[in-house]
Amino acid sequence: MSSVSLPAGIEPSGPRPRHVTATRIGIYAFLLIAALFFLIPLIVMIMTSMKSMSEIRGGNIFALPMQPTLDYWVKAWSSACTGRDCYGLAPGFFNSVKITVLSVPVSIVIAMINGYALSFWRFRGSELMFAILLFGAFVPFQVLVYPIIFGLSRVGLFGTLPGIVIVHTIFGMPILTLLFRNFFASLPVELFKAARVDGAGFWRIFFSVMLPMSVPITIVAVILQVTGIWNDFIFGLVFAGRENMPMTVQLNNIVRTSTGTVEYSTNMAATVLTGAVPLIVYFVSGKWFVRGIAAGAVKG
Amino acid sequence: MSTSVEIKDLSLNYGTVTVLDRLNLEVGKGEFIVLLGPSGCGKSTLLNCIAGLLDISAGQIFISGKNVTWDEPKDRGIGMVFQSYALYPQMTVEKNMSFGLRVAGMPKPEVDARVKRAAEILQLESLLQRKPVELSGGQRQRVAIGRALVRDVDVFLFDEPLSNLDAKLRNDLRVEIKRLHHRLKNTMIYVTHDQIEAMTLADRIAIMKNGVIQQLADPHTIYNKPTNLFVAGFIGSPSMNFIRGDLTGGALNIDGASIPLANYEFKAPMNGAAVLGVRPEHVVVGEEAQKMPFQVESEIEIVEPMGADTIAWTKLGGQSLTFRADAEVRLVPGQKVLIGFDPGRGSVFNGESGERI
Amino acid sequence: MMIVAIGVFVIGITFTVVLSFTNSKLFPSFNFVGWRQYEILWSTPRWVQSVTNIWFYGFGHIVLCMGVGFALAVAMDQRIRGEDAFRTIFLYPFALSAVITGLVWQLMLDPIWGFQAFVRSLGFADFTFAPLANGETALIGMIVASVWNGVGVTMAILLAGLRGIDEEIWKAARVDGIPAWRTYVSIVVPMMRGAVATALVLLVVNVVRTFDIVIAMTGGGPGIATQMPATYVIDNINSRNVGHGMAAATCMLAPIAVLIIIQAVFRWRASRRGRTTS
Repeated sequence: MSSVSLPAGIEPSGPRPRHVTATRIGIYAFLLIAALFFLIPLIVMIMTSMKSMSEIRGGNIFALPMQPTLDYWVKAWSSACTGRDCYGLAPGFFNSVKITVLSVPVSIVIAMINGYALSFWRFRGSELMFAILLFGAFVPFQVLVYPIIFGLSRVGLFGTLPGIVIVHTIFGMPILTLLFRNFFASLPVELFKAARVDGAGFWRIFFSVMLPMSVPITIVAVILQVTGIWNDFIFGLVFAGRENMPMTVQLNNIVRTSTGTVEYSTNMAATVLTGAVPLIVYFVSGKWFVRGIAAGAVKG
Repeated sequence: MSTSVEIKDLSLNYGTVTVLDRLNLEVGKGEFIVLLGPSGCGKSTLLNCIAGLLDISAGQIFISGKNVTWDEPKDRGIGMVFQSYALYPQMTVEKNMSFGLRVAGMPKPEVDARVKRAAEILQLESLLQRKPVELSGGQRQRVAIGRALVRDVDVFLFDEPLSNLDAKLRNDLRVEIKRLHHRLKNTMIYVTHDQIEAMTLADRIAIMKNGVIQQLADPHTIYNKPTNLFVAGFIGSPSMNFIRGDLTGGALNIDGASIPLANYEFKAPMNGAAVLGVRPEHVVVGEEAQKMPFQVESEIEIVEPMGADTIAWTKLGGQSLTFRADAEVRLVPGQKVLIGFDPGRGSVFNGESGERI
Repeated sequence: MMIVAIGVFVIGITFTVVLSFTNSKLFPSFNFVGWRQYEILWSTPRWVQSVTNIWFYGFGHIVLCMGVGFALAVAMDQRIRGEDAFRTIFLYPFALSAVITGLVWQLMLDPIWGFQAFVRSLGFADFTFAPLANGETALIGMIVASVWNGVGVTMAILLAGLRGIDEEIWKAARVDGIPAWRTYVSIVVPMMRGAVATALVLLVVNVVRTFDIVIAMTGGGPGIATQMPATYVIDNINSRNVGHGMAAATCMLAPIAVLIIIQAVFRWRASRRGRTTS
């Protein structure tokens, strides 16, 4: 906006007149096109899951379903085949629920205590421990997969529910500890000192002072863990065993099992069902989810 | 003195919240105006409106006779200095000062000449190749001033420039800004919440509250003839004593005493609830008090020795009264002393409206 | 418990590195064979292809995420209407697992049902966009899908970085008459080094781990066109060639180690600079 030459007789007064500039249009156009790119796969996924196979063959993926049906959702849920078994996704769903419900509280409680200890109780080697934990956040899982398989089978937990819970807890540890440590480190030290002067010990301070203040960060951690564990594929694939296979693994198996032409209706119905839980968490939690990303983003 | 900056009926609303309310202000060429007030009074907002950094809701702004209401900040002929310095961190001092000029396409010799002059005025020559992180707070603020200086403009705007500095540096830089004003003779509009800065720097002070200028006057008038209770209480440390009473027949009646106001110059004489404002340093003690039109015996409650002088707390007609005594006068709590003052030097306000009468 | 977790990381990595020098099959043996596994590894075409793939994929993914993410962040920073709605849309794919991402994009890019068929049905009979069907372009399809999934995070981090810039810097630049684009390029971006570094580190870490999306989208094919180091490691564990798999896993640690060294150097330099000025 350079100084506009005005017709004689008009004295500038009040707010600047708003011009719809080309830049402004460009920005909105860019954002809208981007939004379209992000939304289309979701729309296609949902629409396809409601179309019959003949309709998919006849039309195109962007067309609205002419006779919307939830038959494929039912099939995906209860009777789609993975290999020889035809129980649908339902067992996977309940396995994922079990794994998530057990892993989330365990990992968060431990990480919370760790973060608290690391930020307020300096002990010998606490810096080193933190550095190693930080390093752990970077290590590719595949590097550790075999040693953990070996270790878990030694104690008879490989392929069991406790086994997969332990794995999630260990791998959730770096990022969660970091999250809590950064949160506790942002609290004023005076709070901690005042409690110590009052004679409170490690646990007393934790339960009466720190815990009540950590509600927001705990919500962030829960969201992070629920979506993370629900979406996990590789740990479930390797460690859960046939009995506890999570939904994502089962989804992949169903899709891989299709014989002949790919039955996209069922596949997409199964995909929608698997994605529903994290999507609901995301849309309900909104800004908390964004905070989780910002907080979980490893700070250099 | 011709007008440099003129503000006509300027209003700024955010939705239903009024930040500035039909404000008028005329600043003479070469004048140093300080906008003073508590936080949230709209002083920084007003400065940002003058700079063109905020879009106003109504009114007009003229700078050097030109209507700049719709102009971009760069076209208004202003330079601005910010509280956080707002230096470009990855550029050297020289680049910080020259960046705007180079972007505007000014020929290099001209840019160099201007930077050289600004550096010389602000004694930054030896720091030109440093980056902001390598400078002290005071040096950074000098660079920020330099960045405004090279723009070669008529009007300088300062937005709390010294607030981030410690007390010692603040005093030094304050004097430097004053010296700069004497040398450059530019119009300067300066926002602060620090009354010492305002009193020492300003040709005129505009005291603001709730988006309205309460009083616009030279420091002496502001201090001695405050226009209302707010201005009277805001300026001065320790703050002015307010004695509430009933004004009848040219005297203020309070609990157990009557203060004669015979030699006070009333603007608008009245009867009824009124407040007498007395500066702590206008209250005297002991022998001197005997010469005063109003005298009273009172008991010292608390004493605060400040070194150069002593602040003492006492009561007058049940109301708290502080006064400033010479450090040589020995005062102890519980002691009964004679205090006195000349009500004619004080200020009388309407007890209801708070306006000076 | 913290000690257990740390123990798992330290012992696990040590174990992996040690096993990479043995000829362990299904169970760990301590029959040391020196660098033999590494020699075999680097002469195995599938591994070499995996490494080439991850460079190509990683480069594409990171460049696109940074570029598109930054463009989105800047656009979002222009006091636009509906910012929350846009943010929700850009970020939701990240809430979905990589498996789902892979499956949806497999459908989108399917030559018979997907985008190509749609454009052809509009009358462009020769239109071709089916990257997954062809070994030479399959990675491009994967990049599109992974950028769709992850670019929202890059945008969120960079946007937070933009918002963290002192408001007065923008004011100063406006008074100086510096155009907005120039302010971004010359002043704001250099000030966001922290946010850029964070976004980059996350992208690199995620690229090295790439596994789920490969399995869901292509299963590594066509042929070995989309094999990645991570799939190679898991396959070797499954096919009872642990020593060899561990050698591959150890190689996967290398880029992470480089990253950490770079970070340590930056920290050291920052702390040195901090000392000289204070």
